[in-house]
Amino acid sequence: MGLLGEDIVTEDGEFVINMGPQHPSTHGVLHLKIWLDGETIKRVQPHLGYIHRSIEKMSENLSYRNFIFATSRMDYLSAHINNEACALCVEKGLQIEATPRAQVIRILMAELTRLASHQLWWGCTGLDLGAVTPFFYAFREREAIMGIMEETCGARLTMNYMVPGGVMYDIHPNFQNRVKEVMKQVKDNLHEYFEILTGNVIFENRTKGVGYISAEDAISYGCTGPVARASGVSCDIRKWFPYEGYDKVQFDEILDTGGDCYARYMVRMKEMLQSVSIIEQLIDNIPEGDFQAKTKNVIKLPKGEFYQRVETARGELGVFIVSDGAASPYRIKYRSPNFSNLSAIEHMAKGAKIGDLIAIMATLDLVIPDIDR
Amino acid sequence: MTNEEIKLFISAHIPAAIYEETGEFLNAIIPSEELLPIMKEMRSNRDLNFDYLFCLTCIDWKDHLMMVYHLTSKKHKHTLVIKAKITDVNDPKIETVSGIWKTAIFHEREVYDLFGVTFLNHPDLRRLFLMDDWEGWPLRKNYVDENMIEI
Repeated sequence: MGLLGEDIVTEDGEFVINMGPQHPSTHGVLHLKIWLDGETIKRVQPHLGYIHRSIEKMSENLSYRNFIFATSRMDYLSAHINNEACALCVEKGLQIEATPRAQVIRILMAELTRLASHQLWWGCTGLDLGAVTPFFYAFREREAIMGIMEETCGARLTMNYMVPGGVMYDIHPNFQNRVKEVMKQVKDNLHEYFEILTGNVIFENRTKGVGYISAEDAISYGCTGPVARASGVSCDIRKWFPYEGYDKVQFDEILDTGGDCYARYMVRMKEMLQSVSIIEQLIDNIPEGDFQAKTKNVIKLPKGEFYQRVETARGELGVFIVSDGAASPYRIKYRSPNFSNLSAIEHMAKGAKIGDLIAIMATLDLVIPDIDR
Repeated sequence: MTNEEIKLFISAHIPAAIYEETGEFLNAIIPSEELLPIMKEMRSNRDLNFDYLFCLTCIDWKDHLMMVYHLTSKKHKHTLVIKAKITDVNDPKIETVSGIWKTAIFHEREVYDLFGVTFLNHPDLRRLFLMDDWEGWPLRKNYVDENMIEI
């Protein structure tokens, strides 16, 4: 018998197995029900909700200052960027802007987060596909970035650093020097990433031509971030709807046309260099001044609906606040990037082998709490 | 297309449509029964070409439910919010748009799970996050759970 009380072999002779929720390569508690013909995947059905906390419902009872911190627990690898999205949305409702100093600090933190997130992803992708060493290389740099976060924010994962109007407190005096050191370390070491994994024959064979999705399907499934950009869909929110002054920094939107796992891999690898470039442009140009704009103790948004989107490490995060004029939101919706990216998994995996599914999941870069919320 | 042209286009199909322009995007509020034909038109019309449904959700206003569809066009770069008003809160029903945008398959399952809106002709309408035997629709304003604690 299968997990859901159904026969393990269907009438068509397809074999039904459950991958997860406790499977090392599902990166958390994702449960995939897979219909197999031999080793070929016929259907994939994600079963969600193992870590559903209903953050949207919780937020309806929290104030506009407090609900932001719940979002660090969604996509915990992009905690800064989640917080930033909520802070920006509240600012949009209040019709204020963060101070110039806070805006630059926010971009720096967001790009450091993106870098750290992509490094973790790179390590795990190697691990999933049978290469153990990348994990240690990736964590060498990631730890250095986490150290910077810890020094300024007091936390390594759920930072809770962005607040409406700016950031919670000023950067640590060591911040600029340490960031410069780490950026040098990242730039010196990034070529090792390519040497150890990118050209590897086993890795290339397991990723090239696997998990293809066309540009049209990627848009239809609502894929964003590196997943869509690897199919040639230009969707970088930092370019399309610049926020926080992303329009003032120079960087390229990385596009690929492969549409397969290898293309998604290459997009993220090249994005790391872009993040380094953004940080280097700004680290010596943090304007003096307040790190937080003055806001009232109890924030009340005017009646109306506010939508803010930002580019997290995984794609487009949308925060939709419906306000009825009270001190807590009437309704909040998080349009999370992983949720839409995951919905394309059946399309990508149909007809592939079961080993390919691991490569597809690895390059989708799923963070399950962001899907379940 | 500009907002004015989009408004004219929608009004030609649905004379009862109401518009709101106070927010960031143009909002068009339509009756829920007329959703599917206008959505098909939104996607297939060459000048509109709304190919990307970037957010789909529902709002419970106690006396009615409001389905909210955020649409954008990758080609023409215009954005539109379509809202479909469901007046029957006890048995809310609306046509699915999952045949037009595949991302709606998951998003509509989420709305069904948390708001109890039935999507007609949806290919796979089951609960998404909660257990199959869960009672009630948690994001409805009238939802009560004995385990809920007032903060």
